Amino acid sequence: MSITVGAYGIAFGAASVAAGFSILQTSLLSLLTFSGASQFALVGVMGSGGSALSGIATATLLGFRNGLYGLRMSPLLKTRGPKRILAAHVTIDESTGVALSQEGLGEQAMRSGFWLTGIGVFLFWNLFTIAGALGAQSMGNPAAWGLDAAVPAAFLGLVWPRLTCLSDRFLSVAAMALALALTPFVPAGIPIIATAFLALAIGLRRL
Amino acid sequence: MWWGVIGTSVAAFGLKYLGHSIPHRYLEHPKIQKTNLLIPITLLSALVAVQTFAEKSKLVLDHRAAGLAIAAIALKFRAPFPVVVILAAISSAAVFHFSS
Repeated sequence: MSITVGAYGIAFGAASVAAGFSILQTSLLSLLTFSGASQFALVGVMGSGGSALSGIATATLLGFRNGLYGLRMSPLLKTRGPKRILAAHVTIDESTGVALSQEGLGEQAMRSGFWLTGIGVFLFWNLFTIAGALGAQSMGNPAAWGLDAAVPAAFLGLVWPRLTCLSDRFLSVAAMALALALTPFVPAGIPIIATAFLALAIGLRRL
Repeated sequence: MWWGVIGTSVAAFGLKYLGHSIPHRYLEHPKIQKTNLLIPITLLSALVAVQTFAEKSKLVLDHRAAGLAIAAIALKFRAPFPVVVILAAISSAAVFHFSS
């Protein structure tokens, strides 16, 4: 898991610098936002000319799941005060996933899984973000190094494991088509947010 | 840029903290759970498409498409994430140099 997180961290650091964010801004995003997909989305939207507002909106929509993870984790962790702030900050895909995978081993194992993973990923993510950012800064033209293709490839790597059934794959293709169809007509960033309505329409109707 | 950094960070933490603080019978409705699984699929897919085929507000087919195609093939063969990204970068850079 650490290797994967390290690779995502390098990819994010490089993508962020290639999108025009400074090394300080890139590092602050990893320290303070600490949610991979949201960070990628912000630099992706703003790097391709979208406004800060559409970048924030896309990133925040992707961050909703962390809130739901928190709902799942809070009865287990039973934290208060400053410790709850820390728990909230490290509530991400990985820490929640590891905690849930320890379900058979009892609550104590779930709690230590959550904290160890959350804090471990936080350290790796931030170190490798800086490495990626420094690397990209010394490279020059992102296209010459393939960095401009590495970013969509990273998004594809993030979405691929989520496409577990045929209807999910169909939704993915539909979202791509909708975003591309809107691109010539609305400001950058809006085509991406617009696809959330596709998810809303299907998610609230199905079942 | 700074607005993006600050706004995203504040909203991301706010959502995480909210999740830990509100009583959990809210938002546990299965439709909300389902939608929550679908939103990342549409947003990430849209980002893949736009980052590959758009240049500002124009649709283009360039070296990035080659990189993405290789990435998709690598994922199909269950390659790990670092391999996928590196293969995409190499193939895109190769096409970029070849065509310019």
